[in-house]
Amino acid sequence: MPIGNSIPLVGVRWDDVLFVVLAATLLGSALLVVTLRDIIRCGLALTLSFASLAGIYALLGDPLVAATQVLVYIGAISILILFAIMMTQTKNAPTRLVFQTQAWIAAVAAAVIAVVIAATVLATAWPSGGQRLATGTADVAHLLFSDYVLPFEVVSVLLTAAVVGAVYLARREVSRREEDRS
Amino acid sequence: MSNSLDSYLVLSAFLFAIGTFGFLARRNAISMLMSIELMLNAVNLSILAFGAFEAQLKTHAAVIALLIIAVAAAEATVGLAIVIAIYRNRKTPLVDEYDSMRE
Repeated sequence: MPIGNSIPLVGVRWDDVLFVVLAATLLGSALLVVTLRDIIRCGLALTLSFASLAGIYALLGDPLVAATQVLVYIGAISILILFAIMMTQTKNAPTRLVFQTQAWIAAVAAAVIAVVIAATVLATAWPSGGQRLATGTADVAHLLFSDYVLPFEVVSVLLTAAVVGAVYLARREVSRREEDRS
Repeated sequence: MSNSLDSYLVLSAFLFAIGTFGFLARRNAISMLMSIELMLNAVNLSILAFGAFEAQLKTHAAVIALLIIAVAAAEATVGLAIVIAIYRNRKTPLVDEYDSMRE
């Protein structure tokens, strides 16, 4: 059963409803990420913000990037962050003070950044395309392996180096005595 | 509302500002890394929004966003490994207690 372009009786477009719901979820969960006291809940709110951002990507007409967002951010990075949280949580860590003592200066700076960027955006006359057509996955593949093949290869080398570096950094140090014994 | 570039860019600006606040204000190193992820996501959102409203940038924006996601994954991996390595030495995840070079 096809649904119309806008909600019947109210006349609001579905796109707008989806955008408002996703944007509110995104900003709300992002605020929870930076303000919650329990860090494991911060991690879960971060997952929610990644998910709503994937919805916004799909709304913008980029289904491939939305799928990649779900796979890489929700599937890999969130899990990595949750594991790191579990490895660094201690029972006796002071949990009452989550902010630095100069947090209000940070709040002022962040508010200034938000206001300045928003004012600049609203003061500029952007080209209004209007139609948000979906990006074809085949087009992305053709472009990725023709014009962007060098960045693609560099990224693959970077990922390999990152994996090796992460294993090297996070491995348990073998103490000198155990080496002598073996 | 969903048909104007302004709303997406303002949303991205707010997300970036929230990430900035989290990075500057939180004491936990992992919270700071999570804030960096929020900021990277804000940048990605603005790139994709530009691509969606400018026909000749459309495919380029998707490719660049994919590359940024890959680089962000590498950054998160190395950053968390560094945090875990420091935690193993200092037994605390709070960045304001990493002050042994101050004395």
